Amino acid sequence: MKLFSTITASLLRTGLTSIIAIRALQRNKMRSTLTALGIIIGVASVVTIMAIGRGTQQRIQDQITSLGSNLLIVFSKSRRTNAASAGKSESNYLTLQDVEAICREIKSVKAASPEVTFNAQAVANGRNWSTTIAGESPDYLKIRDWSLERGNMFTERELRSSARVAVIGSRTARELFGPIDPVGQTLRVKNMPFTIIGLLESKGAGMGGANQDDRIVIPYTTAMRQLTGDKYPRLLTLQIQSAEFMSTAEEQITALLRQRHQLAAGRKNDFDIVNQKEIADTVESITTMLTYLLGGIAGLSLLVGGIGIMNIMLVSVTERTREIGTRIAVGAQPRDILLQFLIESITLSLMGGAIGVGLGYAASTAASMIPNFHPTVSTASVVVSFSISFAVGVFFGFYPARKAAHMNPIAALRFE
Amino acid sequence: MNSVIIELKDLQKIYRTGDVQVWAVKGVNLRIQRGEFVAIMGASGSGKSTLMNTLGCLDQSTNGHYLLDGVDVAHLSRAALSRLRNRKIGFVFQSFNLLSRTTACENVELPLLYTSPHVSLRKRRQRAIAALNKVGLGDRLYNHPNQLSGGQQQRVAIARALVNEPELVLADEPTGNLDTRTSIEVMGLFQSLNEAGITVVMVTHELDIAAYCKRIIVMRDGQVIRDETNASRMMAHEQTAMLDASESHAQLA
Repeated sequence: MKLFSTITASLLRTGLTSIIAIRALQRNKMRSTLTALGIIIGVASVVTIMAIGRGTQQRIQDQITSLGSNLLIVFSKSRRTNAASAGKSESNYLTLQDVEAICREIKSVKAASPEVTFNAQAVANGRNWSTTIAGESPDYLKIRDWSLERGNMFTERELRSSARVAVIGSRTARELFGPIDPVGQTLRVKNMPFTIIGLLESKGAGMGGANQDDRIVIPYTTAMRQLTGDKYPRLLTLQIQSAEFMSTAEEQITALLRQRHQLAAGRKNDFDIVNQKEIADTVESITTMLTYLLGGIAGLSLLVGGIGIMNIMLVSVTERTREIGTRIAVGAQPRDILLQFLIESITLSLMGGAIGVGLGYAASTAASMIPNFHPTVSTASVVVSFSISFAVGVFFGFYPARKAAHMNPIAALRFE
Repeated sequence: MNSVIIELKDLQKIYRTGDVQVWAVKGVNLRIQRGEFVAIMGASGSGKSTLMNTLGCLDQSTNGHYLLDGVDVAHLSRAALSRLRNRKIGFVFQSFNLLSRTTACENVELPLLYTSPHVSLRKRRQRAIAALNKVGLGDRLYNHPNQLSGGQQQRVAIARALVNEPELVLADEPTGNLDTRTSIEVMGLFQSLNEAGITVVMVTHELDIAAYCKRIIVMRDGQVIRDETNASRMMAHEQTAMLDASESHAQLA
């Protein structure tokens, strides 16, 4: 009971001291606001930068997922795709037999598409358009999680027969045909006519700004045999059943390709496998690091704000020397005075923190008007900003408060 | 109850500033009974202010003993001294030391904020109003100090000194910043408080102010050189009446 009443008494006393402190701030509204400005700016920039960082990260992740899900991409290390000019053993290349072997032997592979890409002029409807031609398999759309707005994808049969059929992106269609429905029309690449059998849905700008909607997709057989003369695909995109099999599949493919390429133990792989999940993780760690770095730089202004608070608190203590002397004379204990000034500085910095969070929130909302960009203010960044403002208030308020608490009342009472 | 409120035994105070030692109080022995009204006089540098600060527990002596209401304060901590001041001593200063931009009422409540056990908001307000009524400022409760005359400000300060019902009121040159008429009024207030049983000790260098007290102590060079009962004590209400008379006479002339 005694402990309880002691606690109640000290709480009541702290409450009283808080009222005294807040009143003192109210008497100097202009000064209090200007002092808190440093903290306001600091917290607002930290909150905004964290929000923008998160938004950017989200956008990049979205773009990575827009490539499709659970992808493994196998690259040949040789940059040449024409064996004749390379003049080396075929084992250095990723062959179509390799692709078949992977599909046959690795059960978790759901879909595969060898890819050959090149840039070429497409001619149709009396117009020219330079675009990307992608030789792919019929699985391509499934892998990329892409659907058709109109028409059909080419079939396995058309692939085997190297049919001259094409599925085109929305941008390419607009450039070549304008408002006309492209499906059923003909376009020419390198003077070879292709029948357009499908129109892809619009997907928006891809990574690095490349427009995914500006492309013509044709069977890879047609591309290799009739257009480029390549014997080997440049890369192979594989879709795995589910995320949990990704790393196992990667190991299995590595083993299979090493065996097929007859690589002795100790020799380096002559191919690379890129795991989509790894890319996503890497990008995430980079953007996270950047966000924290920028947030940290913005946090420096919190430090500057803290110094501002300390400065004003020191001025305030000097100005109110007589008040402090009077309070001590009528019975204030050093603890009361310390608390009074500490609460003043903490109130200043927390108030700054609150306004800063508000401003940061407003800035993030304004930034979210940029299309496809959604900065999000996280609870964590708000909590962290508040904690830091509190810490700044305590840290920079302590010295002035201590100075006030240890004043000699006799000198303080006579201070002019 | 102890009838001696202040007892000083060979009290000494030495200030050290660098190599120089200043012996401000050189062994003072003094007893003040409950209900006394004492003036401490002396030229500047006589040690009267140092003595006053020691009596007020704002400063501690270098040697000797100070028993306040039977308690030796020599070894008390700062916090304990604060509690003691809060409960037992009311202060009145020459320059009032009221908090500006704070109402008279809130100024008077100030000591109650630091009283333990805690005094509730309502109790604080009630006691402040009672104290202000006692000093005749019942109609100025919510005025700020800059809206009050010097005499009124000093009366607010006296109300502040009284609000916690102290054993002892210490006044340091309470009339130093006031004109003759208000000085007499303030002394009248002290006299009536004293009549009501409060012990008053004041420092002054004006003889005609000391004349209102019951006992006069004169200090020189850190020692008490005279300590006697005031044989020709003046009463403030008589002086005011005389002042009124002479003023009306002057206007008539």
